[in-house]
Amino acid sequence: MSFSVTEPSKRQKSIAGFLVITYALITLVPLFWVFITGFKTPPDSISYPPKVFFSPSLEGYVNLFTTRTRVTPEQMQALPPPVGFAEAIVRNRDMVIAGPSKFGERFMNSIIIGFGSTFLSIFLGTLAAYGFSRFNVPLKDDLMFFILSTRMMPPIAVAIPIFLMYRQLGLSDTHVGMILLYTAVNISLAVWLLKGFIDEIPREYEEAALIDGYTRFQAFYKVVLPQAATGIASTAIFCLIFAWNEYAFAVLLTSGTAQTAPPFIPTIIGVGGLDWPAVAAGATLFLLPVLIFTIVLRKHLLRGITFGAVRK
Amino acid sequence: MNYLRFSLGTAVLAGSLTATTPAMAEDLTLCWAAWDPANALVELSKEFEEASGNTMSFEFIPWPNFADRMLNELNSGGQLCDLLIGDSQWIGGGAENGHYVKLNEFFDAEGISMDDFAPATVYAYSTWPKGEPNYYALPAMGDANGWFYRKDWFARDDIRAAFKEQTGRELGEPQTQLELMEIAKFFQGREIDGNTVYGVSIFTERGSEGITMGATGALYAWGFKYENEPGSYDMEGAVNSPQAVEALEFYKELYDCCTPPGYTNAYMGESLDAFKSGQVAMAMNWFAFFPGLYADPDVGGDRIDFFVNPAQNVAASTLGGQGISVVSYSDKKDAALEYIKWFADPEVQAKWWSLGGYSASNAVLNDPSFVDSQPFAGDFLEAMDGVQDFWQEPAYAELLLAMQKRLHDYIVADQGTAQEALDKLTEDWTEIFEDEGKL
Amino acid sequence: MIEKPIERVAKATPTGMARQIKGLSDKAVAWLFVGPTIFLLLAINIFPLIWTINLSFTNFRANRPNREVEYVGLRNYERILTDSDTWLSMQATAHFLFWTLLLQVLIGFALAWLINRKFRGNDVWTTIIVLPMMLSPAVVGNFWTFLYQPQIGLFNYVVSFFTGVDPSSFDMLGSVDLAPWSIIIVDTWMWTPFVMLICLAGLRSIPDYIYEAAEIDRASKWRQFWTITVPMVLPFLMLAVLFRGIENFKMFDLVVQLTGGGPGSVTEMASINLKREAFEKWRTGYASAFAIILFVTVFGLASIYVKALNKVKER
Repeated sequence: MSFSVTEPSKRQKSIAGFLVITYALITLVPLFWVFITGFKTPPDSISYPPKVFFSPSLEGYVNLFTTRTRVTPEQMQALPPPVGFAEAIVRNRDMVIAGPSKFGERFMNSIIIGFGSTFLSIFLGTLAAYGFSRFNVPLKDDLMFFILSTRMMPPIAVAIPIFLMYRQLGLSDTHVGMILLYTAVNISLAVWLLKGFIDEIPREYEEAALIDGYTRFQAFYKVVLPQAATGIASTAIFCLIFAWNEYAFAVLLTSGTAQTAPPFIPTIIGVGGLDWPAVAAGATLFLLPVLIFTIVLRKHLLRGITFGAVRK
Repeated sequence: MNYLRFSLGTAVLAGSLTATTPAMAEDLTLCWAAWDPANALVELSKEFEEASGNTMSFEFIPWPNFADRMLNELNSGGQLCDLLIGDSQWIGGGAENGHYVKLNEFFDAEGISMDDFAPATVYAYSTWPKGEPNYYALPAMGDANGWFYRKDWFARDDIRAAFKEQTGRELGEPQTQLELMEIAKFFQGREIDGNTVYGVSIFTERGSEGITMGATGALYAWGFKYENEPGSYDMEGAVNSPQAVEALEFYKELYDCCTPPGYTNAYMGESLDAFKSGQVAMAMNWFAFFPGLYADPDVGGDRIDFFVNPAQNVAASTLGGQGISVVSYSDKKDAALEYIKWFADPEVQAKWWSLGGYSASNAVLNDPSFVDSQPFAGDFLEAMDGVQDFWQEPAYAELLLAMQKRLHDYIVADQGTAQEALDKLTEDWTEIFEDEGKL
Repeated sequence: MIEKPIERVAKATPTGMARQIKGLSDKAVAWLFVGPTIFLLLAINIFPLIWTINLSFTNFRANRPNREVEYVGLRNYERILTDSDTWLSMQATAHFLFWTLLLQVLIGFALAWLINRKFRGNDVWTTIIVLPMMLSPAVVGNFWTFLYQPQIGLFNYVVSFFTGVDPSSFDMLGSVDLAPWSIIIVDTWMWTPFVMLICLAGLRSIPDYIYEAAEIDRASKWRQFWTITVPMVLPFLMLAVLFRGIENFKMFDLVVQLTGGGPGSVTEMASINLKREAFEKWRTGYASAFAIILFVTVFGLASIYVKALNKVKER
């Protein structure tokens, strides 16, 4: 094929490519800045003009993971020589490491709640999606309503009764409470996406299995699940990213034990001077998994994002 | 009355707790704001861990989020904190809503007397209703809003001469609020050692309590009162009195004329930053930070000195500081009470002061050597003599939010006049107290 | 209401298949599959909604468990609707909605159109452009406050580099005129890719033969764009606007991190206002009424919009 009216000309392509790449690069600047700020020293991070070239330091990461106290020069003299690079960095600022910071715990909470709620949403969502798909129900409209209604409620509005309910049930600031809540928020989307994937699996497969003497559950487990694996995986990524990024519920319904990283990272800044490298270090560690996921799984993700639009 | 019934309940509870055998080793969590004194408390608490066998965990939250997070925690009946060093204004809500354990029985049983603590701190941090002998906290940390300045700049001959020429008086610690502004204007935009410097850093923060805590420093100095008659909730003519309007106009002018650029949302951290980076000649902040400032390698020592909030019509300072309370939702109350008992000990209190915590214990404050123990110790005593606090009502959060909004709208966002801001504030507060059934 | 779909499920299952299922009846199987999800949705979505409606007629305060709760009728609603702060927050929300939607539609569509020129490597660059929308708005928003610092912030530096304006002379987050724009910029940065992806799906759904036919009719490229491309992409674009509109109406995390509603109350949008009422002032009843009003507003606007969308689609 040498010529097509719908194929853009070479010139058009290169102009388009230039513009898109320019936009993409501009878009990356803030993320790039997060990344490099994490490796600056606090004075470098607030220097004017902003520094692009600097000698990298792990001070931000050390500050992120430790709490530190200031000591007087006399006390410093009396201390044994520093053990490890972290202690050495901290000593340079007339301080000593007093202990670990809360960042590790909060990051762990994000992992527990993120994966816990994703697992539960997928588990319940797959069952429900299968039920809706195979029992041939005209429930699409009801489902659509669920999705839209949960999306239309501002999270703060949902949080008011949940706050009261959790207070009664003792679920405030617990992992279980947050997992249930995130599951409830995710599940309507999960059912909706998964139903689409299961719809695509030909019914004949299971009917054959049923005739072969499988029970409904066996047919579901042995025939449908393997077929839907890709769909389940990409839905899971969506649920995980939502739970990972969620802020409003986390800030209102958790205070410590079950607090996730998003409400925690902004509060790193508050103590004794504006420690932007530590914030940037925390943000880098927190954003990196999602960035990698997005790049590795881009095909499935992009399909999921446009799902609602494309399916219509 | 509900709180009475509740306090009877807790009194019985506290009594039964102290009667039991010594507590098992527990892991206690103490919640406080993340700031210099908190680090000192960690250091101090190591002695408690050794003495009692209990271990201590800490949850320190930066000031801008502190009230929000902790009040949310209390209201959700959370068990994160066994001990809470909560702001003075929370005491009303803490007592009436049953968040804090009433400590009277415990104090009696352990021989802890509130007479051993400075009366202003007991009144502000421990009692509810105000001034009644019902104690919900032990004064933990005395504090007030004060000022500090670059002593090295103030001492330089060229600067002193320029100031004298411009104003006709000698440059020194300001004696009135207006003098403070005059000095701030003098420094604003001046070149010192090749850097442009600014007059003052003051509190302008919107989100929590910043701008209220800053502006009340001026309001109190002009003679601002919350009510015409204490306890009457009659605010018309007091909150929006001509003096109050004048004071608020002063604070706005100070903000407009003499703060560093982009200073629209500044609280403790920003104020410290501006001063430590050599940007400002004077700054306001809580006494709690003064030990750290004095020790600062760049601007501390000889380069810094401190002064009490200058009087205008009256001598007065904005109260800070906190009492330490036992959270009623904790299931380790006996160990938590043990901590309070240990903390109240005069020797521990002396050590507390030496580590940088502001003890409220008379044994420490009345010690003849206290005034000279630190360059700001005398100022601290003077400030605590004239402290005034914001409402401590159970509706404190609402009252504060209204004031934050009205002040920030006027001072930073340039909307309306000082008179209008205070008139609206009076309306807001009247409405809140009507809702409360107190008006 | 719950029974009904389940019964329909059971009825709809072909009888031939039903006979093959061992042990459990169809109805029971349907319940087992669908039940847990419906239960969860009822417990954490529907029940709280009903509770909120109930609370909205009371003077309940979540921070005063000891206080007697009174039913106050429609007083909360009346107070909200006559409060000038409510209308100011609605105005702030509308301003934010209008500009973010406009910018995102224009830039998003343009990008999609450019990417659809199918230059080499377009899929890689698409992925890169999409990155911001996958990230946590709270964490990223918090970092943007650093970029917006007067003097030291990268944003101010870049602006001053290109315009020559002194970087410490303007404060994106603190000045009354600029603060709303600081949020609009970050939101546009984050969410333009979403509009772009949906437009791209729309562009790719247009079959080539339509253009080929237009070419035969000698329609100019410009005319093809307006008579084929735009109308065919419009339903997709409107859907993108619907999703973004709903999301931005309840915008919370970005605003909290960037301006916290300030300076003064300039950027105090509906969600921020609601949060203050519900979790700072603890006027639970009042806040519940506000929540219901917001919910009804979005729901109403969205339904009208969906009707319009369906009309566009039918054409």
